Amino acid sequence: MTDTLAADVKLIVFQLKDKEYAIPVNQVQGIEKVEHITRVPRTEKFIKGVINLRGVITPIIDLRSRFGLEEENFTDSTRVIIVSVNDLEVGFVVDLANDVIDIPVSSIEPPPDVVGVKEVEYINGVAKIGKRLLILIDLEMILGTEQFSSTRNEG
Amino acid sequence: MDMNQYLEVFIEESKEHLQACNEQLLELEKNPEDITIVNEIFRSAHTLKGMSATMGYEDLAKLTHQMENVLDAIRNHKLKFNPEILDVVFLAVDDLEAMVQSIAEGGDGKRDVSDVVGKLLLIEKGESPVQSEAKSEVAAAAAEPLHAAKSHYDEFEFTVLQQSKEQGFDTFEITVALREDCLLKAARVFMIFEILEKIGEVIKSNPSVDQLEEEQFDHEFTVTIVSKEMKDDIQKKLMKVSEVEKVDVNPISLDELRQYEEEVEIIQTTVSEAPANEMVKNADTPNKQEDKKATSSAKQASSKTIRVNIERLDILMNLFEELVIDRGRLEQISRDLNNQELHETVERMSRVTGDLQNIILNMRMVPVETVFNRFPRMVRQLARDLNKKINLEIIGAETELDRTVIDEIGDPLVHLIRNALDHGVETPETRKANGKNEEGTVVLKAYHSGNHVFIEIEDDGAGISRDKVLAKALSKGIVTEQAAASMTDNQVYELILASGFSTAEKISDVSGRGVGLDVVKSTIESLGGTISIESKLGHGSVFSIQLPLTLSIISVMLTEIQQEKFAIPLSSIIETAIVKKEDILNAHNQRVIDFRGKVVPLLFLKDVFEVPVFEEEDDFYSVVIVRKGDKMAGLVVDSFIGQQEVVLKSLGNYLMNVFAISGATILGNGQVALIVDCNALIK
Repeated sequence: MTDTLAADVKLIVFQLKDKEYAIPVNQVQGIEKVEHITRVPRTEKFIKGVINLRGVITPIIDLRSRFGLEEENFTDSTRVIIVSVNDLEVGFVVDLANDVIDIPVSSIEPPPDVVGVKEVEYINGVAKIGKRLLILIDLEMILGTEQFSSTRNEG
Repeated sequence: MDMNQYLEVFIEESKEHLQACNEQLLELEKNPEDITIVNEIFRSAHTLKGMSATMGYEDLAKLTHQMENVLDAIRNHKLKFNPEILDVVFLAVDDLEAMVQSIAEGGDGKRDVSDVVGKLLLIEKGESPVQSEAKSEVAAAAAEPLHAAKSHYDEFEFTVLQQSKEQGFDTFEITVALREDCLLKAARVFMIFEILEKIGEVIKSNPSVDQLEEEQFDHEFTVTIVSKEMKDDIQKKLMKVSEVEKVDVNPISLDELRQYEEEVEIIQTTVSEAPANEMVKNADTPNKQEDKKATSSAKQASSKTIRVNIERLDILMNLFEELVIDRGRLEQISRDLNNQELHETVERMSRVTGDLQNIILNMRMVPVETVFNRFPRMVRQLARDLNKKINLEIIGAETELDRTVIDEIGDPLVHLIRNALDHGVETPETRKANGKNEEGTVVLKAYHSGNHVFIEIEDDGAGISRDKVLAKALSKGIVTEQAAASMTDNQVYELILASGFSTAEKISDVSGRGVGLDVVKSTIESLGGTISIESKLGHGSVFSIQLPLTLSIISVMLTEIQQEKFAIPLSSIIETAIVKKEDILNAHNQRVIDFRGKVVPLLFLKDVFEVPVFEEEDDFYSVVIVRKGDKMAGLVVDSFIGQQEVVLKSLGNYLMNVFAISGATILGNGQVALIVDCNALIK
């Protein structure tokens, strides 16, 4: 976000539980409906498995589970947001993805200092648009392999 | 002129020419008297010189030029060929390679070549042309001073010329010289021939048309045509082709020609001092040789090639993989719908895509030659460094392998060959003492068998000493004493592939760093191959590598566990069986079955893969018996679906090192099935 100081940022907005989150549109490859997910055994719990995304095997992460929220069964509005960061292409399962908005960069504030909430480490900042509060998530932190690679290799 | 567009071609061709030089030089070392080989090298060097000068690589051109001078002297018998010359020429080729490499990597191709150039100069001057030797040159040069006709004509061509003459055609011999800096010689040749074919008929060309098309000529070639056009007209028409420097059109009369042919015969007979009865034979031989050359070059021409960027092939392959997936889906739909017409169409499509698959896979196949061809040089150098006499035989270099395998296999082979040379073949003294030929033989052999390619490295050296290997392995703690006692010879030999093992009594530069062979093993296994060793003490050893033909499309057995599907590669399956629950035995908390007299441990994939259970199991188990080396295991699944060809895909960068899963594939219904890595399951 540092590179677009004066300009607006375009964000994809999605919902988890009752909160709204956002990802910059340039990191999003597409939004898909949930198809058959093939479970991959002995991986982290939040990795739901892999799907066939037009011939490419794409891992799927359940963001609810990743953020430590309770999991829910998929509904008609459940979507998979395909993101691409540093050569990694993964899909995030979210409750609802329904909005693309432009916000001025200046409206983004640093994340609030709340201790003890798991999702805080994955937050880049928050943006307040009218009455809506958008939570900007840090994809690199979410996909960061270092923190859980050690546990995964044991599995 | 912008040279960038030619750079790639230049690099590729330079590499090819240097490879040709290398091969021919090695050949020359074996047959130092063979001037045709020198000619070959000369031709490569000459082309290289021309190309590098055009591209502006001065050092490269300078060195090739000097090398060419020496070669020229040799082929004209001004210089006597000897091993020292060969060494210097080898050095020169090394330098050339380094320069081309540097250019390929984006460098300027500059290099201090004064040393080698100096050496070449010394050689060139070292022996002044001796008068007596010059005489023999006459024979070689004899054909040229006679102005009338430059080409020889055989009986058939002669008859054609005679008949055309009777029909009022004149015979012309046309010598075309292209400019030195001509870049697209083949294209110019084509243009010239097109013109010639309009004005008359080409009877003969020297060098042959095939050679001309492949640019296997310097800058000049001679064509004989019959035409009704005037001499000057022909010349003018030909001069219109760009980059043509000179065109000589000589009308020739048949009488002259006949006379000339006879003259040549006489010269040849007198020079060769052959007995009279061999005269006819002798005159025939050049023609025969020419015929041979013509047929061999014709063979080359019939397999015309184009260069395609490997990336494009990869894209093609990916697209095709998509097609294979859709084909599977269509087959399923057509089965469900049960429509006759749809059935037929889908079936035909399946057949066509099957053919297409073969072609695409074949396109990615590369002969192992591309890997093997660097070994003769390496062996020669190593043999010198080690003071050993070694003869490398290469068999089956034309065997083809998938490019992905080729890319990976080079380093392991280098290790194995170094190992064979260093540890396998003994020093000449030892060999003599043991009653062997002083010269050791290393055979590098590649061949197809079934769905696999085998590469063997065989040496007739000392073989592997079981006791030495065991002693070493024990001291390094690689095996325990008890295990050692019960090991078969082959198992013992395979210990040398274990990490941290090195049996050489003296650590040498060549091998014996103790890291090589275990890397070899892991590389080959990562390619889905295996390596085995056979050896006979005192007689030599064979390292045998088995590799899959291709890595991208594999045959699997699809199985079902609860509601999930898993694919097991056919290559590791021995067979499948249905086992009754009561036939399962218990041994130390490990459930086993008695399979054809062998105790095979059972692995319940349901437990290994933590598959969520929905249905209760029945009284029978479906078991897939798989193996890794000598070890076997029975993988228990719920049911078999069937055998299928699938496209192997990776799980991507995010999911690396998933336990016992080697990849995934997309099934006909668009779902993903995971491929089981049997090697990880069997320990």
